Amino acid sequence: MASLNLSLKKMSRTSRRNYLTYGLVILAYIILQVMHGSLSSSLKGMLVPICAYVVMAVSLNLTVGILGELSLGHAGFMSVGAFTGVIASTCFQSLIPFAPLRLALGMAAGAACAALAGFLIGIPVLRLKGDYLAIVTLAFGEIIKSIFTNLYVGLDSSGLHMSILEDKTNLAEGGKLIIGGPMGMGGIEKISTFTAGFLLILVTLVVVFNLVNSRAGRAIMAVRDNRIAAESIGVNVTKYKMLAFVTSAALAGAAGALFAMNYSTIVAAKFDFNTSILVLVFVVLGGLGNMLGSIVAAAVLTILPEALRQFADYRMLVYAIVLILVMLATNNPVLRGYLDRAKSVFTGKRGKKEAA
Amino acid sequence: MKKKFLSIVLALALVLSLAACGSDTGSTGGDSGSQTSGDSTGGDSGSQTSGDSTGGDSSSAPSGAAFKLGGTGPLTGPVAVYGLAARNGAQIAVDEINAENGAVQFELNYQDDTHDAEKAVNAYNNLKDWGMQLSLGSVTSKPCEATSSMNFEDRVFALTPSASSVATTEGKDNVFQMCFTDPGQGAKSAEYIATQKLGTKIAVIWKNDDVYSTGIYNTFKEEAGKQGLEIVSDTTFNDANATDFSVQITDAQSKGADLVFLPMYYDVAALIFVQANTMGYAPKWFGVDGMDGILSVDGFDTSLAEGVMLLTPFAADADDERTKNFVSEYQSRHGEIPNQFAADAYDCVYAYKQALEAAGATPDMDAAALCDLMIEQFTSMTFEGLTGDGAGITWETSGAVSKSPKGMIIQGGAYVGMD
Amino acid sequence: MNFLNFLISGISLGSIYAIIALGYTMVYGIAKMLNFAHGDVIMVGAYICFFASSSFHLPPALGILAAIAVCTVLGMTVERLAYKPLRQAPSLAVLITAIGVSYFLQNSALLLWSSTPKMFPAFFVLKGTAADGAETVRNSLQLFDGQLTISFVTIVTILTCVVIMAGLTAFINHTKMGKAMRACSEDKGAAQLMGINVDGTISMTFAIGSGLAAVAGVLLCSAYPTLVPTTGSMPGIKAFTAAVFGGIGSIPGAFLGGLLLGVIETFAKAYISMQLSDAIVFAVLIIVLLVKPVGLLGRQISEKV
Repeated sequence: MASLNLSLKKMSRTSRRNYLTYGLVILAYIILQVMHGSLSSSLKGMLVPICAYVVMAVSLNLTVGILGELSLGHAGFMSVGAFTGVIASTCFQSLIPFAPLRLALGMAAGAACAALAGFLIGIPVLRLKGDYLAIVTLAFGEIIKSIFTNLYVGLDSSGLHMSILEDKTNLAEGGKLIIGGPMGMGGIEKISTFTAGFLLILVTLVVVFNLVNSRAGRAIMAVRDNRIAAESIGVNVTKYKMLAFVTSAALAGAAGALFAMNYSTIVAAKFDFNTSILVLVFVVLGGLGNMLGSIVAAAVLTILPEALRQFADYRMLVYAIVLILVMLATNNPVLRGYLDRAKSVFTGKRGKKEAA
Repeated sequence: MKKKFLSIVLALALVLSLAACGSDTGSTGGDSGSQTSGDSTGGDSGSQTSGDSTGGDSSSAPSGAAFKLGGTGPLTGPVAVYGLAARNGAQIAVDEINAENGAVQFELNYQDDTHDAEKAVNAYNNLKDWGMQLSLGSVTSKPCEATSSMNFEDRVFALTPSASSVATTEGKDNVFQMCFTDPGQGAKSAEYIATQKLGTKIAVIWKNDDVYSTGIYNTFKEEAGKQGLEIVSDTTFNDANATDFSVQITDAQSKGADLVFLPMYYDVAALIFVQANTMGYAPKWFGVDGMDGILSVDGFDTSLAEGVMLLTPFAADADDERTKNFVSEYQSRHGEIPNQFAADAYDCVYAYKQALEAAGATPDMDAAALCDLMIEQFTSMTFEGLTGDGAGITWETSGAVSKSPKGMIIQGGAYVGMD
Repeated sequence: MNFLNFLISGISLGSIYAIIALGYTMVYGIAKMLNFAHGDVIMVGAYICFFASSSFHLPPALGILAAIAVCTVLGMTVERLAYKPLRQAPSLAVLITAIGVSYFLQNSALLLWSSTPKMFPAFFVLKGTAADGAETVRNSLQLFDGQLTISFVTIVTILTCVVIMAGLTAFINHTKMGKAMRACSEDKGAAQLMGINVDGTISMTFAIGSGLAAVAGVLLCSAYPTLVPTTGSMPGIKAFTAAVFGGIGSIPGAFLGGLLLGVIETFAKAYISMQLSDAIVFAVLIIVLLVKPVGLLGRQISEKV
């Protein structure tokens, strides 16, 4: 115990925080697994989407919190991941009978395609600044939505067929139309599991924490805090911005694949501006740069509208009021003073507990 | 530092909301029961249904007194009008049936799905926690595809009032529809136009990000080809630009279309009529069941819809006793004329009543047992409801409904039967 | 001739975007916040005008005035209650609050006025008597033997937009309040030191922006008359795009951006692809921003270390 204590003390504050985050995520997973039998169907049904939203929030936090650029089109990458992930897993359906492996392949394919999309979009986007950058990400999100709404992809014995605007796939007998334009994807194999979601969260955290605590991560934050100063000491601004942006896109893609394969049907319109904003709300509420905060905020805000069902028709109104009040409360200087004082008492006590 | 604290606060909130979720399952039974009693006119029926709740048991234990009937639909958001109509229609039927104090009593619970597959699955799970025995599926097609696959897995029988895509019922033996399938409507419309010789040069304006509209359009186009109809103008719109139709109307006009087919809902159709009128274009308009409701739009100049033809299973101004009663009851409760969503949902509840009575089902049966009984009944029974042309409604084993639409034309501000 | 028709409907649509974008851009220029609830103020304005004329049978002019009054008060109240406490907070916190306000307005409207679409009354028509004594209602001008049709709504919309644009420019450049606004948008701290009431100025900006939203709501629903609680959200996003297009914070920029957006959207629909028209609009936006990173008429602010 003493040696553990010592090693904890030696660790920097950030890595202690990171381990706390890992610990809490694993703890939450274990608790939920143990309790699984007694959970309500509502909660059980929300586990996978919560995992997907957590990954979305953490990955967006990389762009918004660490890189410091506002993105309003994060759902676009989720969309790319969702569609390519489902295509990939459908293609392997006959080759690989083991569903978790297909899911993993789907998520990997989703991540890869989203990363590619992130790279292509990053080239123009990262040349801009501030709100102009934000609107261009919004624009790309809408363009991606538009394209997937008009895309037809089918699979038959002779391979994949693709067409845009009109269904020209002309599938052979026994073929399957995977993406049916505005109809989206239907009859998706539901192979996402909570465990897969949990593993994806862990992978995301490992990737993000290692990136942030590396030389590259420090360079990214230097760019965020002062681009000109960072440039003047020889930091390759574009390279590091791109690194953060593409990583963020890839993780969102994996989350999209996980999300899509939890439902039997998905349409492109699902990944619209409102979904991007929803994820942004998680990030802002959880705290910029605070990954644990993003995780908790994503989970709470996904559950909140469901927990408000007893308000019936007033549900979304209550949700809006809660959102406004939380923003006002967390930014109120007087309340903040109290919180800080309460917190110092709290952490003092906790420090003693740790020592004991 | 502040951030850390915030995250702790949020963590607490998570615990609280989890607790809320947990306690939810126990209380919902009583909750919605009181909702039913609040809405019901009989009063006695409400207190009867709200009398018992499932207690702390979150499994789908039957309540014993009434069949728990659950459905999801958009009660908020851009298409809330459909979900609310279906809920209101079903509620009227439930209240009427409960007031009769017969053997079959219902407890209705409609949950919001905001027209989104993800939220629909959440809503479905919420209903499962509540102890739903029979399901009304979802009101709109895409969410219903998601929930119907859950219905199939959980063996909970579903009869959706209005989710019309084929994928809703495809491959699921326990999911049935009260509305026509989209392809059915498209083909019927083309056939009707051709046999009645309503037009030869056809323009179609359809919504390309909507399952309903696309589904009808695809079969309409196919059938029109077979029937020798020429589609001269084929234009689309989507959610983001469903306001300005000058381009679409100009296209139809300049290509000399004499009939415009509008597979869409009435709210957008109303916009098209207004704009076409402004542009001085007056072709024949032909709509599908989504067009029903256009005359009840607040403030709509009904003269613009003069001569609009539509195939619809329900007409709010039909003069049979049941329709009249339903319409006046709906109007007194909600101040609006019911559309076909309300009528379909109303019929769903009565179809359930008939099937349950015929099967001799009791509310203490579990969902899976009821499911088997219902599959048997629905594939064999004939039902008469508000919708259909009075010849009776039957179902195929695929779950698709077989009823005849009424050909209607709008004359003097009212629907008049064609033929 | 179709080309002219498309151009006119594009300009008409663009004028509405422009009026909404003016509200966005003023608030952004002075309060430095993206007011995502702006689109929903439009919806409220349209509903107020609708009920003024259908339930209270007020003449159109009074209905429009009522809408402007209600929206102005609404805008100032929202600013006072939800945005003012966040003046020192990070801009993202304000953005999220604005989204909360937007949800709030939409859902309140849904509960108050139901989701059933309302048909906005036609205000801009010419009533006359035909030769046989029957009353005729004309709502458009037919030119060149009916080949070119311009509706009165279009004319009113375009005129209103030009008048508002000119009025706002004069107001900003030639009045004391306008000067205060410009000062606040340059540097709030310095403006305060010069004795300008910053809070009052911001409140005033919201008042004007929301009043304009009411006008935009009435015009939007006159041209495209179905009114539902989510009527404002899509035009809101489009107008936001228009404001950025023209250079956010710039009043002539919002005007130009709105007009161009409307015209590009209509032409994309007419001549390229109806399904992909939105993608085309956004692609043009991206290209413009790559060439001019601060929008068409935005000001480039040099960065300092």
